[in-house]
Amino acid sequence: MKYQTQKIALVYFIVAMALFAVQVSLGLIMGYIYVDGNFLSEILPFNIVRMLHTNSLIVWLLLGFFGAAYYLLPEETEREMYSTKLAYLQLAILVLGTAGVVVTYTFNLFEGSFLFGKEGREFLEQPRWVKAGIVVAALIFLFNVTMTVLAGKKTAITNILLLGLWGLSLLFLFAFVNPANLALDKMYWWFVVHLWVEGVWELVMAAILAFLMLKLTGVDREVVEKWLYVIVATALFSGILGTGHHFLWIGTPGYWAWVGDVFSSLEIVPFFAMMSFAFVMVWKGRRDHPNKAALLWSLGCAVLAFFGAGIWGFMHTLHGVNYYTHGTQITAAHGHLAFYGAYVCVNLAIITYAMPVLLGRDPYNQVLNMASFWLMSGGMVFMTFTLTFAGTVQTHLQRVLGMGFMEVQDQLWIFYAMRFGSGIAVVLGALLFIYSVMVPRREIVSPGPIERDRLERDPDHVAAE
Amino acid sequence: MTDTSDESVFDQLPGDLMMWILIVSELLVFGAGLAAFLAVRITDPAGFAAAQDHLHRAGAGVNTVVLVTSGYLAARAVQAIESGRIAAARYNLAAAAALGLVFLVVKAAEYAEKAAQVIGTDTHAFFTFYYLLTGFHAAHVVAGIVILGLVAAFPKTGNAHTGVAFWHMVDLVWVLLFPVIYLLR
Repeated sequence: MKYQTQKIALVYFIVAMALFAVQVSLGLIMGYIYVDGNFLSEILPFNIVRMLHTNSLIVWLLLGFFGAAYYLLPEETEREMYSTKLAYLQLAILVLGTAGVVVTYTFNLFEGSFLFGKEGREFLEQPRWVKAGIVVAALIFLFNVTMTVLAGKKTAITNILLLGLWGLSLLFLFAFVNPANLALDKMYWWFVVHLWVEGVWELVMAAILAFLMLKLTGVDREVVEKWLYVIVATALFSGILGTGHHFLWIGTPGYWAWVGDVFSSLEIVPFFAMMSFAFVMVWKGRRDHPNKAALLWSLGCAVLAFFGAGIWGFMHTLHGVNYYTHGTQITAAHGHLAFYGAYVCVNLAIITYAMPVLLGRDPYNQVLNMASFWLMSGGMVFMTFTLTFAGTVQTHLQRVLGMGFMEVQDQLWIFYAMRFGSGIAVVLGALLFIYSVMVPRREIVSPGPIERDRLERDPDHVAAE
Repeated sequence: MTDTSDESVFDQLPGDLMMWILIVSELLVFGAGLAAFLAVRITDPAGFAAAQDHLHRAGAGVNTVVLVTSGYLAARAVQAIESGRIAAARYNLAAAAALGLVFLVVKAAEYAEKAAQVIGTDTHAFFTFYYLLTGFHAAHVVAGIVILGLVAAFPKTGNAHTGVAFWHMVDLVWVLLFPVIYLLR
């Protein structure tokens, strides 16, 4: 580790991974509620678990982004972070807010209170005091990173990362805009929900991927930057007006249907570009970096994001299709693979890359980590398929044939049972990942004769030692 | 792409690469919009024809001449900048931008006429596309005028190639919109 303040990232990553474990465990509980509807219905109702599952996902991904920023900014700007204390204060506020959210949701305290009660808007349920805390934490963070970048070297990666993080924080302010008119309420709600994951988060993701590609493949910065700008331009071009695909059935004027169709169809482009970018960089690479697990996560991220966000998103984005599929398990399938591919994987990629450095270990092949990639990703892809089939059957029975909602749910049981199985794989994969980055100090699989021979003969080859 | 040099075909494009990314994106958007327009038109050819009769074809024809002429002037400005005649370039850019303004005035008159007839975006599917496509295009004309101004203010060859490429794209899109929306029977 070149810069001492990069150590801040370690604490962020550890908290993020703890929340990751909580998030997938809650997902598993919910997966079982789909199998047996009465499971925990008295003490932990489905709607509460769902809030905790989605909220903890967002919080840990954000903590991962913050950690990534603290890790890569010193290296990119070639100077220490402006303030360590502020970074830890920011984390303390976020942890306090998270604890407050969990307690408020679980025990439904302060119902109806302006400041302390949960707000009841899907994904933005946080009580107002927590939202205010998030804004304060974001301001501290922005101040800290901006001061660092202003004083240090400015690169395309720092610029794009900062643009993404500023956009992310500013857009969150729409969480406070909650008009009584339900159509307007939903419209502003999407300013946060959509413009985050299909706008500014993509910039953060692209910046982190670019940093990883730079380090792992050793390709010239100039080449990486050109790709980065293309990815960011196409992401913003398609993503901003692509919001229209959420304005189909909420009461906004009809022309949004066509705006949404055209622009959101192009949202696949930046994800395709990110996938091409990752593979072209490896192809052009001139460095044999020992951290193969980080490379696996980076490539996996780009591929699964392309399928989850790009293909599965396009599948139901056209309004003629969405008219039938809206709010079915098709949405759940897309949501799971998109979040996993794009944002979970990019976080796990930077964590995999950074942890050996942060813990002062030699980079090693991390076979266990790679096993966790296949277990977790395999589980998630299987889950996506079961939910897609469930959603297809549901769309036909419920929306085309007009059967009742609960009657249709009975027909989907077999898919839910299989989804629960894939959920077990994902949770085991997540736990294995956390174990593999935290505990083992050296490689657990010894290299065979070919690899040993190559290690001896080729001084540039450092893998699997 | 196994050559070791990082020279790619993209480096041979005149102007900034990002402008070409934008131009391709814009053409995809307008192309998709026109394709959707034609697809919906199949469901109601009579309704589309009746709605189209409310449009001012002569005005749109004049606008086509205006915009193509403007494109010619912008191209002359690029040649002038390449040969170092900055004053001539600025006259041509100013004339090109002025014709852009003429286009917008005609367009505004057209919209005002529609508004007077109480024709809005929801009047008919035809008008949804009419307003979306021509309105989105008009917004690009506004942006293009600003860009031509920037080229005049910073008359470098690279800037001229980049900025005028955008203006030609605006031109090209109009030449595609005009026959499909205004003339196609």
